[in-house]
Amino acid sequence: MQINLTLLGQALAFLILIGLSWKFIWPPLLNAIETRQKKIADGLAAADRGQADLEDAKNQALAIVREAHGKAAAVVDQAGRRANEMVEEAKGTANAEGARLIASARSEVATETARVRGELRAEVAKLAIAGASQLLKREIDAKAHAALLDELAQQIVVAR
Amino acid sequence: MLMAGTSSSEFIPHHLQHLRYDVVAGEWAHATDGIVNFHLINVDTMVMGLLMGLLFFTLFYSAARKATAGVPGKFQAFIEIVVEFIDNRVKEVFHGDRRFLAPLALTIFCWVVLMNAMDLLPIDVPGMVAGAAGAEHFRVLPTADINTTFAMSLTVLVLVLFFAVKAKGLGGFGHELVTAPFGAHPALWIPNFALNVVELLAKPVSLAMRLFGNMYAGELVFMLIALLGFAATGSFASGGVGSGIAFLFGQVAMALAWGGFHIIIILLQGFIFMVLTVVYISMGQEGH
Repeated sequence: MQINLTLLGQALAFLILIGLSWKFIWPPLLNAIETRQKKIADGLAAADRGQADLEDAKNQALAIVREAHGKAAAVVDQAGRRANEMVEEAKGTANAEGARLIASARSEVATETARVRGELRAEVAKLAIAGASQLLKREIDAKAHAALLDELAQQIVVAR
Repeated sequence: MLMAGTSSSEFIPHHLQHLRYDVVAGEWAHATDGIVNFHLINVDTMVMGLLMGLLFFTLFYSAARKATAGVPGKFQAFIEIVVEFIDNRVKEVFHGDRRFLAPLALTIFCWVVLMNAMDLLPIDVPGMVAGAAGAEHFRVLPTADINTTFAMSLTVLVLVLFFAVKAKGLGGFGHELVTAPFGAHPALWIPNFALNVVELLAKPVSLAMRLFGNMYAGELVFMLIALLGFAATGSFASGGVGSGIAFLFGQVAMALAWGGFHIIIILLQGFIFMVLTVVYISMGQEGH
């Protein structure tokens, strides 16, 4: 065991190593570690933010769907009401049309009846004249006896 | 180098001899001249110390140069584990700017651990290799050389003083030297100063002696275990095959056990040296 020049030699080596470590080793390594730590922290924060955003979006989507459901129900309801209205309206129109048709048919029947009555009256008059002329064996002046014959026909028709 | 036929009584003194060079005379020194002799240098200690320093620098510098903040490779991750471990330990003890103290702690821890680890090399192999190169002796464990441990602890003392003066100013530091811990009364100046000197000097001495003692003792135990090999050879030579096998088995088992235990000591001593250095510098800055 001896204290000798090695003491100075090793002290010098030690100092050089400290210097190298201080200047060239520690700063880049610690810088890398700290930068990465910051990156990881940022990443975790971003992930948390993303999670919260996702939750918000889900809630929003749910609200939108709920609203849409409500709107759809309202539309269906309205459509049902409108359909009923239309059916009622159609019924009313049909009733009115039917009544109108019946009325027009009735008036037509009345007109026809009157016309046929007139024709029948004239026909009966002719027949009466023909029958009378046959009975009298002579020509009856249709014109001279028209009034008489008409009255006769009227009576025949009324009698029926 | 240990030759075949060396007796066990020569084995241990031989292994405790340094390879010394006389710088003034310019020749290899064979005799151990005195307790203090600044003409001589322990070549084996210097070579191994510088090799381990180079290994430390190469490992960490190659990681530092390619360090990225992205996904680290396995090597970079390992280096970063060491760096962060050291940084956290320094952070626990010292509450201030760590830009110098943390790399200092890293250097101490890694260099001491690497030098200590040389104790795990098979006890005769380094001597054989150096002997083949013509060296008479070669002690492979630099931290079992008191020069290395004192070189480090005295450097630490200088740093403690430097940071104390830097933090308090030369006047403040001088004032504290003579007034603390007993008080500012002029009659107490001398006892104060004496106590402070003892306190300051106790730091490097305890640092250096602890590391030196642990490693020297560890090395010695490895040598004693190796002596079982001599006993085995002796038994075989005298026809005692059973006892020879027992000695051989004992040597292997004890070398394994002590080696495993010594791995803990290697790391622990590096750690203690580092933490105490940080504690001393931190205490020196904070004051009494």
